[in-house]
Amino acid sequence: MHPKRKQRLIVAAVIVALSSATIGLITYALRGNINLFYSPSEVAAGEAPIDRQIRVGGMVVEGSIERASDRLETRFDVTDFVHSVTVTYNGILPDLFAEGEGVVATGKLGANGVVTASEVLAKHDENYMPPEVAEALEKANAQGGMQ
Amino acid sequence: MWRIIHQFGSPPWVYRFCDRVIPWLFPITVLALLAGSVWGLLFAPTDYKQGDSYRIIYIHVPAAVVALAGYYVMALAGLVSLVWRIKLADTAMRAAAPIGAAYTAIALITGAIWGKLTWGAWWVWDARITSMLILFFLYAGVIALFEAYENKTVAARACAILSLVGTVNIPIIYKSVDWWYSLHQPASIKFTESSAIDASMLYPLLGMIITFYALFALLMMLYLKRSLTEDYARSAWLHKRLTA
Repeated sequence: MHPKRKQRLIVAAVIVALSSATIGLITYALRGNINLFYSPSEVAAGEAPIDRQIRVGGMVVEGSIERASDRLETRFDVTDFVHSVTVTYNGILPDLFAEGEGVVATGKLGANGVVTASEVLAKHDENYMPPEVAEALEKANAQGGMQ
Repeated sequence: MWRIIHQFGSPPWVYRFCDRVIPWLFPITVLALLAGSVWGLLFAPTDYKQGDSYRIIYIHVPAAVVALAGYYVMALAGLVSLVWRIKLADTAMRAAAPIGAAYTAIALITGAIWGKLTWGAWWVWDARITSMLILFFLYAGVIALFEAYENKTVAARACAILSLVGTVNIPIIYKSVDWWYSLHQPASIKFTESSAIDASMLYPLLGMIITFYALFALLMMLYLKRSLTEDYARSAWLHKRLTA
């Protein structure tokens, strides 16, 4: 290779390497801020600030949803299967919101450990399948559970 | 081997190559787009959770995939232009920028619509959406930077450096859902194990991804042909080609 081209190729490689290192270090330093939400375990460990706008994400615990009869207010527990956090929300929930599904709630964590949410987003998983397949899977699971 | 690569640096050869490929790539891409859309929108089954709204996947995912791949095309052209000073590489880099920007915009817009339907929000500053927005700014930056210089050789050099620096963003977008907590779910299409998306939904999706790649190639060739016609308007080979 022509020495001049070789030199330019090295310069280009250095540019890419240095910028990767820079961005890598910045994202590593800011990793806590890049996370969209706190997990219930982090909340339990006291890592989430109290009385400031935060997000908490996890699965809605089966059987934990309580709906007020006269208002839109809903109360449910969010878990990462280690710890759980109670969330209250006064508003319309997204269609995909259900027990055993993922959610991300934005709100303030009170001193009592309850998150008063101003927004609840549904988080869906990476699985896509036709309803018949989902039904068949459920059936298979139920049978497997009985054995 | 080297001769084949060298041909890509020769404007008459590339012009002729585009001239030959476009007439059949154009109708194939249009037909594949129609067929893929009909397959995905009408014949693929509904999803057990999201119902019909998941069907936007057939636009959203292919656009996002090719937006990322297109960036590497632009950066690679930038590298060739920077190291080997081939003028055609500058043109290829300039061609990839607006096409990539359009793909990124489509991914962002369809993502916002899909987000509203499934998550309940048009826009969330999660790691993947934010890094995708940065990708859009990188594409827009290359377009703007090129126009900012009077001297096109200097402009191409600056754009090449910007696009090389921006390559850092691509693995970040790709891995963002695994590295951080985000609202996006992890990847459904897996290369080493069975995919988390049912085969009846996966095949039209793969078809659309390939079609979007073909569309990218087609748009690149149309752009290249047009700028070659502009740049070599006074060249003998072009006159011969056009009058032949």
